[in-house]
Amino acid sequence: MKTKYIASIVVIAIAIVIIMTMAGDASSYVTFGEAKELSTGGFKKSIHVVGELPRSSGGEIVGIEESPDKLSFKFQMIDENGFTQQVFHANPIPTDFAKSEQVVIIGAYNGENFIAEKILLKCPSKYQEEPDLSAGI
Amino acid sequence: MIHYFEGQLGHVFIILTFVTSLLASWAFFKGRNQDESWSSFGSKVFYVHAFAVIGIVGTLFYLINNHYFEYHYVYSHTSSLLPVHYQISSFWEGQEGSFLLWMFWNAILGIVLINTNKFWKAPVMLIMSLTQVFLASMILGVVMFNVKIGSSPFLLLREVLDAPIFKTDPNFIPEDGNGLNPLLQNYWMVIHPPTLFLGFATTVIPFAYCIGGLIIGKTKEWIRPALPWAQFSALVLGVGILMGAYWAYETLNFGGYWNWDPVENAIYVPWLVLIAAIHVMIAYKKSGSALKLSMILAVASFILVLYATFLTRSGILGNSSVHSFTDLGLSGQLLLYLLAFLLLSIYLIAKRWKDIPSTKQEVSTYSREFWIFMGAAVLCFMAFQVLAGTSIPVYNAIAESLGFNLNMAPSTDTYKAYSLPQLILSIFLAIFSGTGQFFWWKKMDKKKLKEALTFPFLISLGISALIIVLGKISEPAYLVLLIATVYSIVANSTILISIAKSNFQLAGGSIAHIGIAMMLMGILFSSGYSKILSTNYTSMVWSSEFPDEVNQDNLLLFINEPRQMHEYSMIYKGIRKLTKEEGMVDQNLLTTTFNPLEVVREQNGVSDTLMLISAENSYFEIEYHTEQGKQFTLFPRVQINETMNMTVQSPDIHRTLGADMYTHVRTFPKPTEEEDWSEPQETKVTIGSTFFINDYVATLEKLEPTNFVNGVRIGENDVAVKAVIKVQGEYKDYLTEPIFIIKDREFVGRVDDHVNDLAFMISIQNILPQEDAVMLTTRTTQKDWIILEAVKKPWINLLWIGTFLLVVGFVVAISRRYSEFIKMRDKGVEA
Repeated sequence: MKTKYIASIVVIAIAIVIIMTMAGDASSYVTFGEAKELSTGGFKKSIHVVGELPRSSGGEIVGIEESPDKLSFKFQMIDENGFTQQVFHANPIPTDFAKSEQVVIIGAYNGENFIAEKILLKCPSKYQEEPDLSAGI
Repeated sequence: MIHYFEGQLGHVFIILTFVTSLLASWAFFKGRNQDESWSSFGSKVFYVHAFAVIGIVGTLFYLINNHYFEYHYVYSHTSSLLPVHYQISSFWEGQEGSFLLWMFWNAILGIVLINTNKFWKAPVMLIMSLTQVFLASMILGVVMFNVKIGSSPFLLLREVLDAPIFKTDPNFIPEDGNGLNPLLQNYWMVIHPPTLFLGFATTVIPFAYCIGGLIIGKTKEWIRPALPWAQFSALVLGVGILMGAYWAYETLNFGGYWNWDPVENAIYVPWLVLIAAIHVMIAYKKSGSALKLSMILAVASFILVLYATFLTRSGILGNSSVHSFTDLGLSGQLLLYLLAFLLLSIYLIAKRWKDIPSTKQEVSTYSREFWIFMGAAVLCFMAFQVLAGTSIPVYNAIAESLGFNLNMAPSTDTYKAYSLPQLILSIFLAIFSGTGQFFWWKKMDKKKLKEALTFPFLISLGISALIIVLGKISEPAYLVLLIATVYSIVANSTILISIAKSNFQLAGGSIAHIGIAMMLMGILFSSGYSKILSTNYTSMVWSSEFPDEVNQDNLLLFINEPRQMHEYSMIYKGIRKLTKEEGMVDQNLLTTTFNPLEVVREQNGVSDTLMLISAENSYFEIEYHTEQGKQFTLFPRVQINETMNMTVQSPDIHRTLGADMYTHVRTFPKPTEEEDWSEPQETKVTIGSTFFINDYVATLEKLEPTNFVNGVRIGENDVAVKAVIKVQGEYKDYLTEPIFIIKDREFVGRVDDHVNDLAFMISIQNILPQEDAVMLTTRTTQKDWIILEAVKKPWINLLWIGTFLLVVGFVVAISRRYSEFIKMRDKGVEA
């Protein structure tokens, strides 16, 4: 029976390591204010921010600025607290970006600017979400 | 006119399936201890049940095929233009249809089980019928005591949608349906979901044998009949998962075959556990140890399938998945089933725990069981590792229901969160699957093991060293995985060669292990060493606030302007349409007609009618030239679905033995967007002279009278003159013919002409007959462009070849285990 006990201890130990790593890797949903605080506090990992794009009175999305070579862009985003922040993204503007109702950005502050590594869109159509735009093996 | 009868017939079938599954469960429960009259009654009821399930499927298909858009399911998921094979696909676009598919497979499997089992018929069918009770209730669509039970696919549109039109006209029927999601309009989407659901459905069979056995107190005899089914289930599920991966690779734009999306993870986890279960079951058959573990794993794999269903269909994943289904308010019901089956299993195992035989013997390091347990443990760790991360939304929901906010989000770095841990664990998997096989066939001790392992070990080191040098592999984790997979292939091949001579039936294990090792190697190279060729170092920093260290992985291509990208030179040649008659045809040559699929091509003064394969699809022609002077063309696709307001881009892949060249278009100018034209520029040109338009050399060849403008004959008093201008493009000459008209000898009209490829339009401002010249006005715009990402994926073919070997290995193993079961059944020693 001795090996069984040793085996159980090893199994439990590995399981704990897996859970700890998972918890350590997990990100969180925050507002721009909290993200800023984290960043100035020396926390460099990426976080999720949920928000919307600002619209003009006519319903048009405003504040998108594309680079001359179209390979990157910046835009304004309003988080749940109503705070507006300029966000940079080093990829072309996603096809349905201007149609999105809700945007989830994943990234971190770099000084005063927020750099989004990934952008997830929630569009009004059915089967809404855009496939993750930059991840994948 | 609303077709009430068909929908009501469907409802009747649904109620019939529910009632018959309940009745069959009851009959099989009564007949569980070899009571032939009850169990044959149960079988009859189950046949009726299966008939009713097929009735539901048939009715729904009839509604879809006849385009009865008064039904919500038909309206939401199909359209009148949908071809028949995609009408079948529409079954799995909606939740109700997918539950129906699952039920359908369960019914078929139930009939197979009734006809192949004697002793086990009643106990196994009891569990099968019980799962059907739950599945049928998912589409029941009945409200009892203010609780909605299931959601029926036979609801009328007006019963679901609260649209104002139904107040004024309750008999309103939409002209056409919403159509099928463009992502599902792909041949893989016709076969991948049914395969996956067959995999889902088969996981219940080992579970049914195990639980059935516990109910009747046969705690160990269930292994023999369950084993071939467990293997079959693992095979189908594995193939289903890989089909999904292949579909994603070919159709989705994320640049790979696996994205660690929660939906992918949710089904990967039970598959791993099922594989672990199979190994432990085999160990039990050989040595009589680990019966309890076999039970736990067989039960766990089915419970995890239910958990996967709960995750993907309850809407709990919310923001974190691309596959999200709309929540039909059935999450409570799903959770209830999950818990019901879980508690039933725990109760039965606990109740019989004392009666389950177990061995007191120590497991020696030199026994095959030791290595199997190690392998199974690694598989379970892999499963647990993915499960822990994927369940983050569940932790949030649990925390919320307990009244506090956990606010956890999935990790942002999938490599660290999943790829790396899975890679490390699969190193052990490869080592154990290589070594374990040696213990399989012989009794081993220290000396014999050394003898057996030395040779394969040295060979593997040699081969690995060669690959490492040639492939310039330096990442430590990859190095170790490479050596381990080479070792597994060599070791299993050694075994394969020695046993294939004597009895090929026994070779399943080693073939499957070689397959797995090759798959791991293929994943290692194609993912670990996938290279983004379009990385842009030269791009200027356009905004001072933009950080410099951000790499840009995309390339901007203007039409007909070659760009160098590592060893490739590439040229974007323009947008093409796929026709039945001529294949890819330049869109600029085509004009549309009233029929969306019919187009007219104008070329060299000849016009002919062509049929498009799909009106929604356009292709970007990109020509590649390698340094060796080789050339190939890729056609990444864009599908624009206006009714669904969706734009779907799909990659194109150039496949060679050693690597795939994967190209997908990220963005392109919107067809609907207004172009910005430059200020008009006037040029005086004499006939026969050469001038420049938008930096292209152009020649005014002649002026000639014409009687047709835009295909319409001009009036009797009208005069029209067209200028024939030849423009030399990068790769071909273009003819442009602006027209100048004088209507009724009085009014001047100008018909301009566009050359899309060269980004200009031209018109005749005035004709100067005395000078043999015309005043031409040209305006230019931005040239057509695309932004693409190109990725090279080396040795991805190893993944597909490995998959094929895995399938072969499973088939060999299943046939062996199944013939064993048949032999024993016919001898009457099933238990």
